[in-house]
Amino acid sequence: MATETLTPAPTRRRQRPRRDLGALRRLLIHLALIAFAMIMIYPLLWMLSASFKPIDEIFSDPSLIPSHIEWRHYVDGWTALPLPFHRYIFNSMVIVAGSIIGNLVSCSMAAYAFARLRFPLKGMLFAIMLATIMLPIHVVIIPQYILFNNFGWIDTFWPLIVPKLLATDAFFIFLMVQFIRGLPRELDEASQIDGCSYWGTFLRVIMPLCTPALATTAIFTFIWTWNDFYSQLIYIRDIDLQTVPLALRLFLDAQGQSSWGSLFAMSIVALGPIFGFFLAGQRYLIRGIATTGIK
Amino acid sequence: MTDNEVAVAPASRRSTGAPPGPTATSDSTRGRRSRKGLRKSASRRQSWAALSFLAPFLVGLLVITVGPMIASLYLSFTDYSLIGDANWIGLDNYERMLDDDRLLASIGVTVRYVFISVPLQLAMALGLAMVLDKGVRGLPIYRSIFYLPSLLGGSVAIAIMWRQIFGTEGLVNQVLALFDIQGQGWISNPDYALDTLILLNVWTFGSPMVIFLAGLRQIPAMYYEAARVDGAGPARRFFSVTIPLLTPIIFFNLVLQIINAFQAFTQAFIVSGGKGGPADSTLFYTLYLYDRGFTAFDMGYASALAWLLLLIIGLFTALNFLMSKFWVFYGD
Repeated sequence: MATETLTPAPTRRRQRPRRDLGALRRLLIHLALIAFAMIMIYPLLWMLSASFKPIDEIFSDPSLIPSHIEWRHYVDGWTALPLPFHRYIFNSMVIVAGSIIGNLVSCSMAAYAFARLRFPLKGMLFAIMLATIMLPIHVVIIPQYILFNNFGWIDTFWPLIVPKLLATDAFFIFLMVQFIRGLPRELDEASQIDGCSYWGTFLRVIMPLCTPALATTAIFTFIWTWNDFYSQLIYIRDIDLQTVPLALRLFLDAQGQSSWGSLFAMSIVALGPIFGFFLAGQRYLIRGIATTGIK
Repeated sequence: MTDNEVAVAPASRRSTGAPPGPTATSDSTRGRRSRKGLRKSASRRQSWAALSFLAPFLVGLLVITVGPMIASLYLSFTDYSLIGDANWIGLDNYERMLDDDRLLASIGVTVRYVFISVPLQLAMALGLAMVLDKGVRGLPIYRSIFYLPSLLGGSVAIAIMWRQIFGTEGLVNQVLALFDIQGQGWISNPDYALDTLILLNVWTFGSPMVIFLAGLRQIPAMYYEAARVDGAGPARRFFSVTIPLLTPIIFFNLVLQIINAFQAFTQAFIVSGGKGGPADSTLFYTLYLYDRGFTAFDMGYASALAWLLLLIIGLFTALNFLMSKFWVFYGD
């Protein structure tokens, strides 16, 4: 305790390793890290380059540079399936948009109640909510399928969107509860003295301050829904409603040796949006993982 | 499954201990009753407000989560097949499991996958986090590169890529050929097919790494100083300071990743073309469940399989928590 008051801990922590590591050692660590990072992402870079390679080079050349740039794979791949590829992208986008709106609205509402309001059975409900984060989808998917089948919802987007409107992604409730708890309570009290109802406080005070948590939720929902294969595979069989992951799977099943180039090209198209969101929002992603992981 | 709550218990404990409201103290006996009444109505109003905020969540919990769970327990005692009625057949589905060779194979495959890939993945994550925590310049760039596969790993596109990379004429064999090594079809060989999927899971070590990094940041520097003053070298500091203080986070990652790995589906489905082959060597439990439920529409049996999966995951999680008493250090 005494040392802590003398010098602030963080600065010393940052200085210590710098002093210890010699320049050579630092260089070696960087070289090792770069080599390792290169191995990690080499397959991704290689797939990107393969989507521009002549077809025989895909199967013979492990390097990253195509002998000449071939755009044909993108053109061919776009129209290789029953629908043009932008239709699959559109279908995926509809589901993604519905899921994002659903999660933002329903999870933030539930989170506000758990973080700020007192009500009967709160502790128990909170515990149940946490437990459902871990609940495997496989356990509930069969009765859900039967339920949605009775509603006539198979081969529609409803089974993929409606659960999000009902706050079933409890992970995001937890994330936002953690965030709202960090906001000063005085703000709520001040707004209530000024005559705000609970809904007024929620909409005018809490939500505007929650933007980082909402951004994290939106980005994660985007990536998870865009990547989701299992529930889309189960609920969507109609050829007109196929999404990007389903289209890629169709492509994989239908193709021969000659269309690997187009398949890679469309895979790159499928990964593009995730990569974009990752670049734009990695601050939120990493903070989201770190806070929900630790707290 | 109830054990899972403990992982985040500090948060829930905080929520129940709400501070008393500002009107809680009162010494005048005359004003007491009316104020009490006021407080009562205020708290009732708050409960109603809470209900309005929780309405979507509660409906979802009942209709999408708890209801289906109970329904699938019931269905597991029937021969329901989507067409026709659900006839009660008692424990038949569960007895059938004992003679189901594919089921036993799928349990074997899944358990091997979980218990090889998760430790490897966490060891990688911890190792890299330790190196990056040493004050390396450019940390955000490295962290991003290592984290990227975690985001992409579950997608169909990556599974397609994996299938090509480990195929007979794939990238791996092309690289091996540079060293004059004759490769083979890793994915078409039952001895190696599962290993490629294990490798894919290890490849996504980025998200536990980010959690480890955040945990390492929270170890106070004075512990290291104290250890140094007492003459502890780097190895000693690692095993006596870093590891013990990191055990809660190692434990958290372990629980989370084991539960996740048991549910892996997409990668095996795509890499094996939906069949779990060759020779059932990549027949994950979830693949077999999908096959019974949504290809054969044998929904009664599939429900029983689903509950068995829940029991298996619950059992391993409970074991994890029991064992944690012996190695997880929560400070004093």
